[in-house]
Amino acid sequence: MSSHVSHIREPLINGSKTYHQITEDLCAPTERTPSTMWVIAFMIAVTGLSLYVFSVFWTIWKGIGSWDLNRTIGWGWDITNFVWWVGIGHAGTLISAILLLFRQKWRTGVNRAAEAMTIFAVMCAGQFPLIHMGRLWLGFFIFPYPNTRGPLWVNFNSPLLWDVFAISTYFTVSLLFWYTGLVPDFATVRDRAKGFRRKMYNIASFGWTGSAKHWQRWESLSLILAGLATPLVLSVHTIVSFDFATSAIPGWHTTIFPPYFVAGAIFSGFAMVQTLMIISRKVLNLKDYITIGHIESMNKVILLTGTIVGVAYLTELFIAWYSGYVYEQFAFYNRVLGPYWWSYVGMMSCNVLSPQLFWSKKMRRSVFVTFFMSIFINVGMWFERFVIIATTLARDFLPSSWSYYVPTWVEIGLFVGSIGLFFTLFLLFVRVAPVVAMAEVKSILKSAGDQYSGPNAKKHDH
Amino acid sequence: MSDNHKEVLFGLYDDEEILLKAVQQAQDDHLDIMDVYTPFPVHGLDPILGLEESRLHIAGFVYGAIGSLFAFSFMTWVFTRDWPIIFGGKPYFSFPAFVPIIFELTVLFACVGMVVTFYTVCGMAPGKTNPTLDDRITDDKFCIAFNTNDTDESGIEKLKRFFTDSGASEVNTKVI
Repeated sequence: MSSHVSHIREPLINGSKTYHQITEDLCAPTERTPSTMWVIAFMIAVTGLSLYVFSVFWTIWKGIGSWDLNRTIGWGWDITNFVWWVGIGHAGTLISAILLLFRQKWRTGVNRAAEAMTIFAVMCAGQFPLIHMGRLWLGFFIFPYPNTRGPLWVNFNSPLLWDVFAISTYFTVSLLFWYTGLVPDFATVRDRAKGFRRKMYNIASFGWTGSAKHWQRWESLSLILAGLATPLVLSVHTIVSFDFATSAIPGWHTTIFPPYFVAGAIFSGFAMVQTLMIISRKVLNLKDYITIGHIESMNKVILLTGTIVGVAYLTELFIAWYSGYVYEQFAFYNRVLGPYWWSYVGMMSCNVLSPQLFWSKKMRRSVFVTFFMSIFINVGMWFERFVIIATTLARDFLPSSWSYYVPTWVEIGLFVGSIGLFFTLFLLFVRVAPVVAMAEVKSILKSAGDQYSGPNAKKHDH
Repeated sequence: MSDNHKEVLFGLYDDEEILLKAVQQAQDDHLDIMDVYTPFPVHGLDPILGLEESRLHIAGFVYGAIGSLFAFSFMTWVFTRDWPIIFGGKPYFSFPAFVPIIFELTVLFACVGMVVTFYTVCGMAPGKTNPTLDDRITDDKFCIAFNTNDTDESGIEKLKRFFTDSGASEVNTKVI
């Protein structure tokens, strides 16, 4: 083990932990009675959730006319929210899959929570296209099942159908990946619990024993799932971008969309991970496991992807001008200076300008700056989707059809409420499962614990 | 696994480095290890224990191939045989448009298939209880276990001596 230790790298686990202390620290949030802060947060989240339920109910009862979408602007906040949530859902798989393949050890501190975030974000995302259908009770029509109408199949050539497959596959695979990682940790919680809790965790841990052969299979499975999830995560937002890119609408019909959407998704996903992790490490007392070094690593990813997104924005403008195609040129003139100019400004300042602060190491390592930046980025990425969707549709081919769109309280309720749904699920997760992957943190202790590596390392002679 | 009950003699170690040395010593002494239990995957254990590489990835490839073939043949059948429709002037057999769904189903089949296989071969399922030797094995103890059903007194003495020599912090027996 000691051969892997680097004395230059920053330790990833502070506080000279032993294996047992790791178990104690990480199981503690699931074992003690919830703190007042948790209860308050949960109450706020559930309030948001009830707003969501009410807005969904209203939408289904009244129809999507209650959203004030019109003939020109057929996609408004609903699809904006969908793309926003799917984007957020990308960081979890990126952290757990791509960083696993790259053998980045810092992923072990944040992968569990990031994967949970992915699953909850995709759950939020999936609701919007379904509600948007208007007749939710016919939602199963999107699946190619043998039906009594011929059978009349779905259109496999349509990007909207690809999306159905992409999102549902992504959700399933992320869930399996996350749960398989959780099983050994559930077994740890099980072996510490008594009575009813032990029974529940016994069900959840599937009878895990920790046998050497099982660990070997488990590692093999994790690695292959990571290998499969890596192209999957890239494909999902690529396919989401196809919803736009394969249309014939100027401003949407661009080949840059797939990489641009994927970079944006990683960008917003990491921002959401930062928001959640900065709160969790404080509330759940995980500062020894989610260190400033973790935050800095994620800020580097944010800086990189934010800059990629910025380059994509500028490339779009350049290509629109360079193409010499008047419709394309108008679409981008309209995007920057049209009636929704304010959302373009919001997008540019939050996504491109503000992350540039992270070139400074001091800023990258500041928890306070990172927290506000993560909120900025989430706002900015929401604006990006709104700019792409609503701004483009507002000025279509016929000036007589030009329109402006303002959401109703129902749409605002759906958006705010979906955040409530997300946080309700996340807060419940924090109560029932270890937020940091215990087994994986233990496996890197000898190479990344502060008593073994970094400036405070003791001399070991094994 | 024909016996329902196994008498197990097991030793608990405090550190994976002591465990690795102990496993090596047991192999050198030709002791028949039933299993080794650890709280996290210990690297370097598999070759000493003589575990073969897992074949899960082969299963994953087969499941993935089934997924690709299924998606490809199903869409082709629907659009060329069962109900041909022209979409946007494309040919009935518009292969490039099939690629995204073929890819998604490949990944879906491979992942679901492998996960199901993993739990099946490990004898795990929701609600299943497999016997465990000690509650601390999922916390911070590393365990070497011997099946002593057919071991005589002197054999057990030998195993106990092995545990003491190799630095086990506790030695216990349990019937599972």
